[in-house]
Amino acid sequence: MHRHTLSVLVENKPGVLARIAGMFSRRGYNIHSLAVGPTEDEDVSRLTIVIGTEAAKLEQVIKQLNKLIHVLKILELDPDESVELELQLVKVAAAPQTRSQIIELADVFGARIVDVDHEAMTIEASGAPGELARMIALLEPFGIREMVRSGTIALGRGSRSMTDGSKVRMQRVV
Amino acid sequence: MQVTGAQAVMMSLEALGVDVVFGYPGGAILPAYDPLIDASLDHILVRHEQGAIHAAEGYAHATGRVGVCIVTSGPAATNLVTGLCDAHMDSIPILAITGQVASTAIGSDAFQEADVTGITMPVTKHNELVASVERIPVAIKEAFHIASTGRPGPVLVDIPKDFLNASFEWRWPDHIDLPGYRPTIRGHGRMVREALDFIAAAKRPIVYAGGGLIRADAAEEVREFARSLQLPVVTTLMARGVFPETDELALGMPGMHGHYAAVKGLQEADLLIALGTRFDDRVTGRLDTFAPHARIIHVDVDPAEIGKNRAVDVPIVGDVKVVLGQLLKAFADKGDEMVPDTIAWREHLAAMKREHPLRVDQPETGVIKPQTAIRRIYDHFGDEAIYVAGVGQHQMWSSQIIPWTRPRQWINSGGLGTMGFAVPAAIGAQVGVPDRRVVAIDGDGCFQMTFQEIAAAVQFEVPVVFTVINNGFLGMVRQWQHLFYDDRLSEVALPQTLPDLVKIADAYGIPGWRASSIEELDGVLGKALAITDTPQIVDIRVDPEEMVFPMVPAGASNDDLIESVAEWRERQAAAD
Repeated sequence: MHRHTLSVLVENKPGVLARIAGMFSRRGYNIHSLAVGPTEDEDVSRLTIVIGTEAAKLEQVIKQLNKLIHVLKILELDPDESVELELQLVKVAAAPQTRSQIIELADVFGARIVDVDHEAMTIEASGAPGELARMIALLEPFGIREMVRSGTIALGRGSRSMTDGSKVRMQRVV
Repeated sequence: MQVTGAQAVMMSLEALGVDVVFGYPGGAILPAYDPLIDASLDHILVRHEQGAIHAAEGYAHATGRVGVCIVTSGPAATNLVTGLCDAHMDSIPILAITGQVASTAIGSDAFQEADVTGITMPVTKHNELVASVERIPVAIKEAFHIASTGRPGPVLVDIPKDFLNASFEWRWPDHIDLPGYRPTIRGHGRMVREALDFIAAAKRPIVYAGGGLIRADAAEEVREFARSLQLPVVTTLMARGVFPETDELALGMPGMHGHYAAVKGLQEADLLIALGTRFDDRVTGRLDTFAPHARIIHVDVDPAEIGKNRAVDVPIVGDVKVVLGQLLKAFADKGDEMVPDTIAWREHLAAMKREHPLRVDQPETGVIKPQTAIRRIYDHFGDEAIYVAGVGQHQMWSSQIIPWTRPRQWINSGGLGTMGFAVPAAIGAQVGVPDRRVVAIDGDGCFQMTFQEIAAAVQFEVPVVFTVINNGFLGMVRQWQHLFYDDRLSEVALPQTLPDLVKIADAYGIPGWRASSIEELDGVLGKALAITDTPQIVDIRVDPEEMVFPMVPAGASNDDLIESVAEWRERQAAAD
């Protein structure tokens, strides 16, 4: 099992996420994380899908994704040649005497305090999954009330773009 | 010109050249049934929506054109699901149009509302819930294009009732824009040359011909290819007839109930040229022991099939008709040096064919063996007829026994194995090909799943001959229980007399015939052959205990093919 990050450009149509999720579940592929959002083209959305699978199966996943009519382009991102981020919100128990320690820790990870009250504070952090896990481990002793993490989003490094020279520019007929 | 959405549906179908639709009206699709009266296309009113889509499949199978069905929302649309899945598995081009509740009511659990695009997503090539009245002609044109190009398949267009009633300025799109859909047609030149080198170097090559050849209309090309390179050919259940069984290069059908030489030949081959086929488990048996010595050339229009089940040495993505043309061209350029020396191999396979024929132990009097019944049906109706089967023993025997010579001569449900397919599919085939006899060879179990469609055959004067190989059992299930469950028969008896099929014919006002002994068989078939203007039912009561051989037990290796029940018992005794 190996972790693979796929960047998938899709037509921004109703049901496209259901088609992709359905295909994954029907064929027994395991999704680690999935993030969807807009791109520079309003008709195109980008999905970042992280899956755990061996190489032979990955080829099947990509081919099956490509068969979906609304899928425009798929790229496997090489972890060494791309920037990968997740967004983390974590609510930590914070008494007046531990607050400064928590703020210090957040600083180390480049995180921000986005909410504070008498008993807790909420930290926003973004980074590679491993980095965020280390931050959580260090916050754990203070008492984590709740947390939420987004799926991975990623872009290839350098000046090239996935949409360069591709056929993703669309003319709407209707 | 201002038209309603309902008119636009009919105008779109007309613009696409659709000549017939199979359907059933109801609430949400009602608006479309009004302009249908004036449209220049025929409508066959079925008796169940499953019948509509199987008929559309039979039509598409027989003609190569897109089969169209049209039904209402909710239960009507869900009744299509089996047929959509069947067409998806067997790559049959289908356009299914369903009515939907008004767009304003979607999500409210309205009367006859169902999430049809959600339900059918995994069993269609594509589907669309139409979002505006203007979208109707575009959606239908796109659906038709997607259904009929690349790897064909079913596409469903779901149209809310308020859009059918709404008016708009009619415009037939002059082009369609599907940026995410561009099937590869031409094979990669280097791969094509490499394939030819592999063939030239092979000692024991076999062409593994699949149903994709029929979908691509590549019968001529595959014949020329195999003959000019002297390559033996196996044809899968979905491909029967694409290469004639009468040719000495033909080895028959591979797989679980395949011919001995086809099954064993693949096991011994050193090269498979897999054309429009998908290494289905019913062909390969235990995958890790399938064709263990063979290198693989795999040509398919669907890249996802290549390497899905079996690693491939020479992958070629493309339309198999075009790729065969490229291979033939490359061969013509290189000349006869590319013809592998297969003389010894072909002699070896010919000996296998001689020494391991299909065996039938038909007594001269009394009981009819099902294999004899099928052979005599073929003897009467001949090579020119189209034969349509259901699923089970009768299907396997038909595929084995009839010496297929034409593509589209044999229609059946392969991948999904849909019992009840034959009756409606035969009706659809006959509607599409009115100038040939269409003979359904059905089982008694299958027949009872869908025979209500005979009413449609009578009403619309579709003169299919429905023969029933009536053994009073769910024969294939019985065979498995007999062999693998110590003959403990569980819920497989369907009494031969229940219902009385001749009386069923009588109830529909059509001729019904029965043969219960070998003495009666030819007389009955002769009478059915002589009548050409009406559907008929022929009840052939056959030996209930006959089993299909050869057989590769489920999950076993193709090396373990057994040819008779005696051989199975010996195998069992040796294992104990």
